This record gives sequence, C-alpha cells and structure tokens, in this order.
Amino acid sequence: MTKIDDIRDTFFQECDDLLEALNDGLGQLGDSADDAAFDDQTVNAVFRAVHSIKGGAAAFALDSLVKFSHHFESVLDLMRSGKVQPSIDLLKICQKAADHLTDLVASARSGNDQTGLYDQDLAAKLLAFGNPDSGEVAAPEQDFGFVPMIIPISLDFDTPTDTSTFIIKFTATYQLFANGNDPVHLFRELADLGEYSVTADTSELPDFDDLKWDDIHIKWEIRLTTARHLSDISDVFEFVDGLCALSILRLEDELATETPPQLPDIVQQKTALIAPAAQTPTDEDQKLQRGTTEKISASPKASVRVDLDLVDKLINIVGELVINQAVLTQCIDDAGLPESSQTRASLNEFKTLARDIQENMMAIRAQSVKPLFQRMARIAREASDIAGKSVRFETLGETTEVDRTVIERLVDPLTHIIRNSVDHGVEDPARRRDAGKTETGCITLSAAHRSGRVLIEVSDDGAGINRPKVLEIAVSKGLISADAVLSDSEIDQLLFLPGFSTAKVVTNLSGRGVGMDVVRSAIQKLGGRVNISSQPGKGTTIAFSLPLTLAVLDGMVVNVAGQTMVVPITAIIETLRPKAEDIHLIGAEGYVVSIRNKLIPIIDLGQVFGHRNQVGRLSDMVLLLVESDRKQPWALAVDGIYDQRQVVIKSLENNYGHVPGVAAATILGDGKIALIIDPEEATERYRPQGQMRQLQGLEEV
Amino acid sequence: MQSAAQISQADLRELVTFKVGEQDYCIDIMSVREIRGWTPATVLPYAPSYVLGVINLRGTIVPIVDLSARLNLGRSEPDSRHVVVITAINNQMVGLLVNSVSDIMSVNRSAVQPVPEAASEATGAHIEGVIAIDDRMLRVIDLQVVIPSIGEREIG
Amino acid sequence: MSLTVLAIDDSRTIREMLRKALTEAGFVVHTAEDGVDGVERLASISADVVITDINMPRMDGFGVIETIRRGTESPAIPILVLTTESAADLKDRARRSGATGWIVKPFDDAKLIAAIRRIAAV
Repeated sequence: MTKIDDIRDTFFQECDDLLEALNDGLGQLGDSADDAAFDDQTVNAVFRAVHSIKGGAAAFALDSLVKFSHHFESVLDLMRSGKVQPSIDLLKICQKAADHLTDLVASARSGNDQTGLYDQDLAAKLLAFGNPDSGEVAAPEQDFGFVPMIIPISLDFDTPTDTSTFIIKFTATYQLFANGNDPVHLFRELADLGEYSVTADTSELPDFDDLKWDDIHIKWEIRLTTARHLSDISDVFEFVDGLCALSILRLEDELATETPPQLPDIVQQKTALIAPAAQTPTDEDQKLQRGTTEKISASPKASVRVDLDLVDKLINIVGELVINQAVLTQCIDDAGLPESSQTRASLNEFKTLARDIQENMMAIRAQSVKPLFQRMARIAREASDIAGKSVRFETLGETTEVDRTVIERLVDPLTHIIRNSVDHGVEDPARRRDAGKTETGCITLSAAHRSGRVLIEVSDDGAGINRPKVLEIAVSKGLISADAVLSDSEIDQLLFLPGFSTAKVVTNLSGRGVGMDVVRSAIQKLGGRVNISSQPGKGTTIAFSLPLTLAVLDGMVVNVAGQTMVVPITAIIETLRPKAEDIHLIGAEGYVVSIRNKLIPIIDLGQVFGHRNQVGRLSDMVLLLVESDRKQPWALAVDGIYDQRQVVIKSLENNYGHVPGVAAATILGDGKIALIIDPEEATERYRPQGQMRQLQGLEEV
Repeated sequence: MQSAAQISQADLRELVTFKVGEQDYCIDIMSVREIRGWTPATVLPYAPSYVLGVINLRGTIVPIVDLSARLNLGRSEPDSRHVVVITAINNQMVGLLVNSVSDIMSVNRSAVQPVPEAASEATGAHIEGVIAIDDRMLRVIDLQVVIPSIGEREIG
Repeated sequence: MSLTVLAIDDSRTIREMLRKALTEAGFVVHTAEDGVDGVERLASISADVVITDINMPRMDGFGVIETIRRGTESPAIPILVLTTESAADLKDRARRSGATGWIVKPFDDAKLIAAIRRIAAV
C-alpha cells in the first residue's frame, strides 16, 4: 500500500520536473520578450507548473510554499488572460520568484520550516503586479488570503444547537440531469443533516400519452429538522445553483406568512429555468472552446521511473560481474590455457558482454545536465545583479548526459567559476562600451561528450586574464620568484595556486577565501582535469574534462612496497624508469629527478603509506609523473607496475571511513582488495611549503 | 518455580560465544552475519593498530578488528586457525578476529550481570556485562565500543 | 460491485493521493494525466464517476467535461471537478460545462469519498 511518505517523495520529485518546466518556460519567454507576442502555450505551461506545486504543497500543508506559489500563480494567471502585459521587468520578477520557489521547495523537502525563508518583499512585488490598478506596491501582507478549503460562512445568526425545521422546495431542470446530478443525491445529503421527509408533487405530470421523456414535471418538497445553519442546507444545493428552482424557508417564517419574511432566511429563490445549452454562444463560451483545443504537443519519449537505489544496486551487481570476470580471467591464465582455446574465445565474449552491460547501466544512471545548467543560470543572474553588471547567460548541450553523482559534485566548482566570470571576467558596462563591446556581457556554459569523457566549459566575453597583474600578485605573494620567465599559459595556471585572488577588494561574490585551487581539487577528485585559456580583451574559457561515471575508473595497478595499489590513469602524465645519474638528493631526503632539464620532486608512495621508513632504492623503482594542483608535476615512486585496467570503485567509507591519501578501494581478479590512491591527497604533506619557489630557482640551464 | 515453558522468548538472549586468547567472550547473535576462516587482509594506512586491514566479503569492503589487540590482551598473529566473526550494527559491517568460536547459547536476560569492578579498565570499557555459567565467565562484548567508528582518520 | 473512478490530473502527486485515498475506500481507480488522455481512457473503461482537474495541458477540465457531455458513450456520467480554485466564476463555468460537483484541493479524503458515493449512487 502506498504510504503518505512515498507520495511526499513523489511530490518533491514532481516539483523538480515542474521547476525545470517553469525555468524552461520563463527562459523561452525571456527569449521572446522583444517580440511583442508571447506564446500562449508557454505562459500556460509556466502557470500550470506553479499551480501544480501549489496544489501538491497544499496537500502537505506546506504553508509558505502554498502562500508564495499562490501569489506567483495569480500574476501568471493575469499574464495568461492578457490582463497584465508581460514586460522585461515582470519577467525578471518572475524569474526571481521561480528562484525563490526553488528555495522554498528545497527547504520544505529537507523538512525545514520555510517561514523564515519566505521573501515578503518579493511576494509584495508579485502582489503589486497582480493588482495593476492599485498603483503602489502593496505593503507586505500580514496574513494570507488564500483559504485552501471552503469554510461555509454562516448566513444566519442562530445558535447552531437549536434545531429548526426548514421547508425546501425544489424543482430540477433538464440540465441538472445532464450534468450527471440527480435529486436523489441531494436528498441523501440533506438526510445526513437531520430528520427529513420528502414528498413529490406530481400534480403537473401530464397523461402518459403527452409525456415527453426529457421534460421535468415533478416538484419536490422536503421537510428537514436540523440543528444546522441554513447555509449548510444551501451548500448542498451549491452545485445545482441555476439548474433548479429552489426555495428554503424556515418553518416559523412560513407560518408567519402575514409578516414580511426575514431577509437573511430566504437564501435562494430561483425561478429562471434557463438551461445554459439554450444560451447563444458568449465570449466566455468561445474562450472555453479555445481552452479545449490547446495544441497537442509531441508526446515525450516513453520512459519509466525507477528507484535510484535499485539502479545503484544493479550497478553494484554489474560491478561484481566485472570483478568476477577478472577472477575468471586470472584462473584461466593460471591454468595456462593456450590463446587459441575455445575457453579463451568465450571469455573474451563474456568480457565484451560484461562491458556492454556496464556501459548501459551507466547510461541509466546518467542524467542530463539541464537542471544543473538551470541552477547555474540562476547563479549568473544573482551574481550579475549584485555586481551591477548586465550579463546574458547562454547554455549549449544541456541534454548531455553525465552520471548523476558527477553532476551533483559539479555544483560547487561550477558555481565558483560562474561567479568568478561575472565578477572578474565580464567588465562593467562602461568599460565594455569603451572597449567597443555591447554593454551586456555573455557567459556561455556548454557540455559535450568528447572521446568517452564529458567536456564542460564556461566562457565569457570579458577582458581576459590580466597576465601582468597575475604575475605581479604571484611574485608579491612569494609564489614565484621575481625573475621567473613564464609562458602565457603558465601564468594562467598560477590562478590555481592556493589562496590566489586577483580581486583588489574582497567582493560578495568570489572572494570568499575560496580560490580556483579548490575548484581544481574538486574536479580532480572526480577524476577530471581543469584547463584555462584566455585571450586579452576577448575573454576567458575554463574547461573541465570529466569521466562519465564514478563507478569505474581506468587505473594503473602498481606495487607499493609489496602492497598492490591502484593509481587513476587520469592523474598520470607519464611513467619512467629513472637512471641513477638523473636522481639527485637535495637536503636530507629531498630527492628530485631530472627529466628533460626540469627537476621534479620524488615522493616514495611506500613511505607515504607507512610501508617503509626510508625512501626505497629509487634507481630500482618506477616513477609515475602526476600533475598536481599547482600544475607542477611530481614523481610518485612505486616498486613496479603490474597492469593497467578498468577497476570497479568500492567505498571504504561505508564500513570504515576515509583513509588519508586513499580515494576508494577496488577488488582485483584474485578477490583481494587494492586501495585506489588519491595522488593529490597522498602527497600533500610530503610536499614542502614553497617547493615551487625552490624549483623556480633550481631550474637547470 | 518457573518452568522452562514459561520463559518467554523475549526473556531469552541468544549469544555466540568465542575465545580471545584464553578468555571467553560473547556477542548477541542478532549482530552476527556470518563466521568465516581468516584470510589475509589488505593493510590500511594510518589505521589504529587493532585494525588488521580490509577483506572482500562478496563485493563489500569489510574492516577486520583484532579483538585481542582491541581488548589489550596483546596483538594476534593471525593464521588459518583463526576465525573472523562478521558483525553488523547500524549498517556498519566489521569483522572480529577471534581464536575460535565455541558455541551458540541461550541465556535469560537476567543472567547478564554488570561488569565487576575488578575488571581492568581497558577490558571493562569494552564489555557490557558478564555471565557466570558453571565455572566459566562469559564477557558480553559491547560492539558499539569495540568497532572503529566511521569517520575521518588522523594520520598516525 | 465496487465503484470505478477515473481520476484525471496532470499532477502525479495528486494522482497518487487520489489513488491511495480511493483505493483504500474500496474503489477501482484509473488515472489519466491530462484531458486528452482522460477522455481516451474513459472510452476504454466503464467508469462510474470521473474526477477531473481544471488546469491541465493539452485539454483542460472544461474541455474534458464538455467532450464527455457531448459524447455518446456516457454523457450523463457524474463528473467531479477537483481543483485548488474556489472562485465563483470558475465554478459557474464548470457548472455550465456540465460538471456535477466541485471539490476543493487539498481534499479531505472522507468528504471526497462521501461525495463520490453520493453522486455515483444509482
């Protein structure tokens, strides 16, 4: 049986879809804002999205959400009916309202009280648009007018404990029956209110021969003794109002016919028997017609909703399959079967199938980056508002699909990059004008699949990186020596140094003490790389290249002081066997290797992980050159390389916790566990402070 | 006098008993997933000395605790005669290395007595009570305390 | 015989709530996610009562009611309008379209069930 919590989950899932539709719609309206005519369908879709959120929220008594969506919806309704002309200003407010609605939904979802979040000012602005005649911005409302349930309002002033007797006279029209109603239903409802009797007046019933089946000839009289208010009785007839002749009189009043009836007691006295069908079509009817024939849009691709847990479970099982296949391969290797054997051929097929299944499973977990991009659009809007800059935000390839975990972990780095682009990339309008550019800057966020990876780029058309400035700061902060000669791209890379910030004043936006170095390490944690390129006066592009999934990775299986470990291939630039004469000792234990005239520090992984106290015999070891945060390569010394293969990522955190320098674990072909190294973290404490500065000085001539 | 039939199920506790060194210990059977022979574990860097490493339990990474070391009875030199009791509490799976598993027994809840003051502090902290049966004393392991808590590990 | 109800609403949440409430009350519940879908559904099942939302894509609730009333299959089937709106003009419009009754969201399970039982009673 469905539980109410499940429905609540459904509601929030639906909210995600609705908010996406809302943002889509507003985006489309924004694009067409210059064309005078708005697309009715889009306005309708936007309205419906907010309307549905309100409807669901009301069911879960999420009051702030109901309240805000109600205000929002009212404005959209006026837009829809053409009573309010959509303007750029209005659209801006709507976009803000959509953002706020997103926040309210998120807060309601996490079970927080949403009242603290509720934006009175924004609600007041919406109200002001909702009441175009009021002329002024309405004061933030004290209380909320929307009553989700009909509360019958008492029309008489009797105390309800007293019973009284009512005489109800009722004659149905043809239309009442045509609407699927029946006097019997109404009588049953009356019967629930008190003691009741009904009589049919058949005096006007014609002879059978003259009887027309669809004419109404019977009049009903009901006598009801009840403690209820008269309004409760009239409520019963609410929906047949206009479809019947009805009078409700309190008995005392009927007896005292000589005295004028007390006004409030006669609620309804309908004698007009006009059936709506007989009316000539009115404007209203025509509008109604229009409402029914809204164009049918193309049906979406058939899909099913699947519990994410189930997908994750399946992915795990497929992971087991891949491990099992590795085990099988090892067994067959151990058995020494010839390459040409039937078993080997079958095993290869099995491998292909396992990989196919795995890839398809990954595709199931993949999600389009669209919600992420919509979120970033909002970040850009808010950031440009604060910075007082005019920025157009464009997206490309938002249907690109990426593993949902990757998407989740992209939020923070992308937010940072986009804030940076608004803050430091795009110039203010005056400077842009001087540079002969449009006053409105443009930031483009794009996603694309590129050779088995995802490429995400943020480009702006701003001033580009101010390289002399970057150099100056890097020198003044002691990050590089004053006489260092760096290429343009090397200068750009300096932005990724920890603590680097080019902003003179710490602004609200980017200067939160978080630098591009954090972005880089977040992306590298995902097995990705960051690249930055810039053209003076033309703009800057920051590109992330990411793996499609976090469930598997391509790893190099290595021997670290007798322990089998895995290094992600994405981190490795090259591997080499050093010649003894290329290894130099600096200080007590600071080994470096000279490669193509560059000195690169060596870190022994065996020592890092505590498997030996002394650095091993480096000339017998293999060096893995890895790129670090600082764009400065490091050489990881390992005792040997076994293999290079795809490994399934297993969490250590579930049953144990985070191990410094270890990203995760995997299971090898022999069923043993190997730890997957996080090169960045593993080497962190072995890198002396200011090593880069040292290196600049050590550059060989 | 109360007959056996009158002792309701709720009063009974089923315990898995095992030996650590020369001492008898036990844990509630509800927290035991399986019992298996010792297989070498993959060493975890920066782990506390009583964590022997992790093993692969049908695709799940399970850390192994050397119970003897944990109870300050000295570190074990695990070999194939040792036994690993796989436990699960609060969704965390941990294996306990013990010398041998002795028995599964039912005891009345009231048979579990508080830890005597005489118990050494190190051992006392890891047991929730004792049961005296015949001339043996069974120590009831407090699993919550014994297993390593999930979280960030300090570099040792 | 249990009553068969067709619930038309574009909100998955509301559909699920209706399904839960009405199934628990012993009704057979069919759902449709917009007006066009709803009218199509009605042709393939024999429902005793239709519950419809007003604001829906493709065909709105008024459209549903009128299409059913003008049709030949079950023109007099009771139709309950279920909507967050309680504005008089909308109610009037629903009535003139041919709606049998009106329930305001969020609905009270007991009231909704009573209303369905009442209007579906033969």
